[in-house]
Amino acid sequence: MIQKTILKVENLFVSYGAIQAIKGISFEIQKGEIVSLIGANGAGKTSTLRAISGIVESQGNIILNDINLGSIPTHERVKHGLAQSPEGRGIFPQMTVKENLELGSYSRSDKEQIEKDLNYCFKLFPRLKERLSQFAGTLSGGEQQMLSISRAIMCKPELLLLDEPSLGLAPIIVSQIFDIIKNLNASGMTVLLVEQNAKQALSISDRAYVLETGKITLTGKGKELLNNDDVRKSYLGV
Amino acid sequence: MEELLQHLINGLSLGSIYSLIALGYTMVYGILQMINFAHSEVYMMGAFFAYYSAKLLKLENSPSFTTLLIILFITMAMCSLLALSIEKFAYRPLRKQPKLNVLITAIGVSLFLQYVAQIIFGADPKVFPTLINDQLLFEVAGVPVKSFDVTILGVSVTAMFALHFLVYHTKLGQAMRAVSHSPAVASILGINVSRTIAFTFVAGSSLAGIGSILVGIKYQKIEPMMGTMIGLKAFVAAVLGGIGSIAGAVVGGLVLGVSEVLVVVYGSSQYRDALAFGILIFILLFKPAGIFGKNTIEKV
Repeated sequence: MIQKTILKVENLFVSYGAIQAIKGISFEIQKGEIVSLIGANGAGKTSTLRAISGIVESQGNIILNDINLGSIPTHERVKHGLAQSPEGRGIFPQMTVKENLELGSYSRSDKEQIEKDLNYCFKLFPRLKERLSQFAGTLSGGEQQMLSISRAIMCKPELLLLDEPSLGLAPIIVSQIFDIIKNLNASGMTVLLVEQNAKQALSISDRAYVLETGKITLTGKGKELLNNDDVRKSYLGV
Repeated sequence: MEELLQHLINGLSLGSIYSLIALGYTMVYGILQMINFAHSEVYMMGAFFAYYSAKLLKLENSPSFTTLLIILFITMAMCSLLALSIEKFAYRPLRKQPKLNVLITAIGVSLFLQYVAQIIFGADPKVFPTLINDQLLFEVAGVPVKSFDVTILGVSVTAMFALHFLVYHTKLGQAMRAVSHSPAVASILGINVSRTIAFTFVAGSSLAGIGSILVGIKYQKIEPMMGTMIGLKAFVAAVLGGIGSIAGAVVGGLVLGVSEVLVVVYGSSQYRDALAFGILIFILLFKPAGIFGKNTIEKV
């Protein structure tokens, strides 16, 4: 099978003032993969995602489907097939669930397909349909995460960036969310997953990169890393 | 009783003008978390835009509803252009700087416009053209209702409903609310943050332009320093209602307008301006979030 590279990150640097958060990392994602970035707090996982979606400035190349995103403003990157469920879910609490989802399809005009995608989200997360006219701030943590992922799906991305979808959720909800990510991937979505929950993330990932203080220290297949001694010691607490 | 009713009408018409201007403060605060102190000067310039466009179009002595509408639209457009340039040249370059820098810049822009206006238009007051006749329309329980008050209330209520529609029932309004909650999240969803902020300035300054014409109609006198006091009072109204809240600005303006008129009638006209600042101090001491304000938690 010929693999197609969907995202290629080359020599990426991110700095906040004098502090360098990302120190020249390179990685790539093939179409149809789930790739995880794992690492401790402050390793630079979120900064990497923010650089890809353009919320923070960065040096280096970020190439999505052969297009260098460097010169493309943040708000136009969604049209190139990028969507993100940001850190802390980033939902709009004073808007209804419906309005949040509508904002996902903000830059789209294909009405029929939008309707179809909306129904697809309701199939993935039936709970959202029940709460459509409720303010998003009144949802439970798990429901907010579902909303955040659905909103990203409504952007109709080719590459979905998920920033710590398991953060602050009960274990049973965490497994649900990871099942959904697996299902999404099975239906063709390429996913870049950032997680502290290394065990869950690695078990559903095709490949993974381990980030330590802004550098990639280890890479490999998800299952292999699960059995890697260093990873087991540092991230799985075994 | 009749007297009280008359005072209430006066208070509401004054208050609705405060509300219109307060909306500009509150909208810009909602989206940029900054007090746009130049807003009161956009309002002042609006009065002069109306004055000169009426002169140029030779409409200063032909009061009618059409005249009013024409001057309203010209003034709204001119105020929008002015606010857009202020945003683009003074505020946008500072967007990534600490909020205090923008605040001080806003005060600078405000002073700049006040003195430029004095140089260009002269410091003497000018007589505002008669855009609409003040005639008795009808009586309610023996209280005469005149066309000035009806115009002021009618125009401001229409403008407020238009704003409400814009903010809560259009895609642009949805984008405004998204940017006001989180510019970063809004931008990853495809919302052009700079353009949305620019539209917010257009909406706020259009309302200030409308306000300036209504004041011109009511008091018939305009001058380059006219923005200072009304700007401060509208700011108090916005804080009273809860800065950042649209409903709050409307309610705050009306409460301030009515209480001001009542203080003048039943107290003393000397306390007219003191009242607004008394309210400000009271609110800041006891309910800093305002009537409709949310308790915001500063995350660190």
